[in-house]
Amino acid sequence: MKGYRKYFLNKLLWLFITLIFAFVLNFFLPRLMPGDPVAAIVGRLAQGMSDTTGMKAVYERYAELFGVDKPMIQQFFIYVRNVLKGDFGLSFSQFPRPVADILSSSIMWTIGLQFPAIIVGWVIGNVLGAVAAYSRKGWDKVIMPVSIFVSNIPAFGMAVILLAIFAVDLKWFPTSGGYGYDLIPNLSWQFVKSVFVHYQLPFWSIVLVAIGGQAIGMRSMSIYELNADYVKYARFMGIKDRTIIKYVFRNAMLPQITGLALSIGTMVGGALIAEIIFSYPGLGYTLLNGVMGQDYPLISASTLIITIMVLLANFIIEIVYGLIDPRIKAAQAE
Amino acid sequence: MKHTLRQVFHSGKFVAGFCILVALLLLIAIYPLFVKGDPLAIIGQGTFFPPGTYVNTYDSIYAPNTYTLNLKDAAANRIAQRLPEKDREEMKTWLVAYGIPEEQIDVNDIKALLDIWFENYDPNESLGMIYAKQRYYQRLNDSIRNLLSIEGVILAEKNPETGELQEVGIVNQTDYVNINEVANVRVLPLGTDNFGRDVLTELVRATAVSLEIGLVAGVIATLIGLTLGLLAGYIGGWVDDFIMFITNLFTVIPSFVLLILISFSIGQEKRGAVTIAIVIGLTSWVWTTRAVRSQVMSLRNRDHVNLSKLSGHSIFYIITHDIFPYIASYVVMALILQISSAILAEASLSILGLGPRTTDVPTLGLMMNWAMIYQAHIMGRWWAYLPVIIMIALITFSMNLMNTGLDQVFNPTLRE
Repeated sequence: MKGYRKYFLNKLLWLFITLIFAFVLNFFLPRLMPGDPVAAIVGRLAQGMSDTTGMKAVYERYAELFGVDKPMIQQFFIYVRNVLKGDFGLSFSQFPRPVADILSSSIMWTIGLQFPAIIVGWVIGNVLGAVAAYSRKGWDKVIMPVSIFVSNIPAFGMAVILLAIFAVDLKWFPTSGGYGYDLIPNLSWQFVKSVFVHYQLPFWSIVLVAIGGQAIGMRSMSIYELNADYVKYARFMGIKDRTIIKYVFRNAMLPQITGLALSIGTMVGGALIAEIIFSYPGLGYTLLNGVMGQDYPLISASTLIITIMVLLANFIIEIVYGLIDPRIKAAQAE
Repeated sequence: MKHTLRQVFHSGKFVAGFCILVALLLLIAIYPLFVKGDPLAIIGQGTFFPPGTYVNTYDSIYAPNTYTLNLKDAAANRIAQRLPEKDREEMKTWLVAYGIPEEQIDVNDIKALLDIWFENYDPNESLGMIYAKQRYYQRLNDSIRNLLSIEGVILAEKNPETGELQEVGIVNQTDYVNINEVANVRVLPLGTDNFGRDVLTELVRATAVSLEIGLVAGVIATLIGLTLGLLAGYIGGWVDDFIMFITNLFTVIPSFVLLILISFSIGQEKRGAVTIAIVIGLTSWVWTTRAVRSQVMSLRNRDHVNLSKLSGHSIFYIITHDIFPYIASYVVMALILQISSAILAEASLSILGLGPRTTDVPTLGLMMNWAMIYQAHIMGRWWAYLPVIIMIALITFSMNLMNTGLDQVFNPTLRE
């Protein structure tokens, strides 16, 4: 167990380093944007004002409020202190709403949509891939071309196609939003039903794309393992096919778990775009609003949250992986 | 080399992918020769004209020859188009609401239906309907007034001196013109987009630009990845540690987030297609670095490399002559994947509104973005977005097929 603790601490240290790095990038990159966003807000607020000293006073007041009058480094440390307290500053585009407030209303939608979808897609994809690899002849001829083609439709393309077919043509599901526009979020039966109905299309569009990619990966992994020497040896020994397959798929699964850890960032990126297509009230949509409104406090906070989500997911997968992969266990025992 | 190429072209998957890609490239090269003009020229006044052949009405009236064709179903077609089933049902609804017994109305007997309609319809009667519905019936009434007449339409011109209208000709219901004799006919196979631009012309140009973006980004990413991977793998030591530290950092931080942050910080004005390509290239080299490094590490201690070292060759010589040839196939595969993922990355960025600035060139992502902003998918204007999705899917599909084919050639365990 000592070896595992070392592995765990090593991963934890990495999580910490990457978090700091991501935080710094998240702060500085959007603030390098040319143009003065405060001037834009003041311009909007001070419409019709002719008194230049008054305008200047308003500008200075807002520059102070957003903290852009201080040097960048000083702003950074103030930001760090505030973020630790859960304060991400004020939004530019939805002024005077705090960024933390906007994010807290969207983050649950994203987590509730993306993680189940990615997990379900991953599981179904792996099962299909394994079946395709084992049954080479029949299923493989169907599953493979279909999954290759499906995985090549971009995530947003899948979202648009599903939307056009099931929401616009067949009218089975609503076209946009996370719940009926005439409802106020509460725990009534009507609201839950509306959320469920709105959930289906974004969910399945993410699942379908994930299935394709995972099935292809699992298939080639399984084929690789099925041809390995230990399988041939086991066959010569007369071990039952069923037992061999259990070993084979367990070994083929392991790289797939690392694959999930590595591809989760890309998947989340694709799913964010799917959210935008469905106007789902999650982080993707918030990000779009931030971009449209040139709102860098909102952008850097939402990308920071997305990064943290991906990093944490990665960390958890690696920790689980360390527990189940015999090779890592063996390396730790030395 | 020749042998390898022959082997590669024996792989069915590679050849299939290669053919799709070549077909796309030919389309990009040949189409502009036939359809000249600016791909971003706004030709349609209005949004989303459906696909089809557009014949100039003015020119068809003044076509050199008018032919008389007595076609049996012409009248029926005309009525069916001007008074579709849905409108007839609506007429029935109005008449029933007005008080005509339902069994007297037969929506399939158009002549009887029109007789009852003209006898009873009163545009001023609201029947408790909302205003929009009333207006709908008024418009319907106007459009079907002359439906059953067999008279032609009289063409009149204004006399420049007196200002009076003078009859100059008549267009009979049996008059036809040959489309080849009409001066102005424009085929819009994919209709127009939200700005009134020809979608097909725009799509061809956008595909070219997107492929360029993919190529530039892919080459940059592969070059960076190759250099770093070779250095880390071959030199090892602290160089390896340092490069791997940076690589691991960028592996876990989603490149999508970096792309958003960098494109945003560049600002709308300075974002051209090439800038976006460079940014994508700079954020996607990580995979190539990791893969090249692990390949080089396994090659580093091979006998022929040691022999080369003993012969006193420089590091540069060893890398280019003793290591690179062994990983070349891998690098080509990585490049293909980088190109296709860069095209996807551009499309995703553009949908977020962070793509190339919209004034100079179309890209596949921008076309998608415009279609989404103007709600083409909700209004059922499939020609504005479906060809774009299919084009992106075709490009990535062809490249992935080529890649799988190459993989099977260079990785014998995967062969069927």
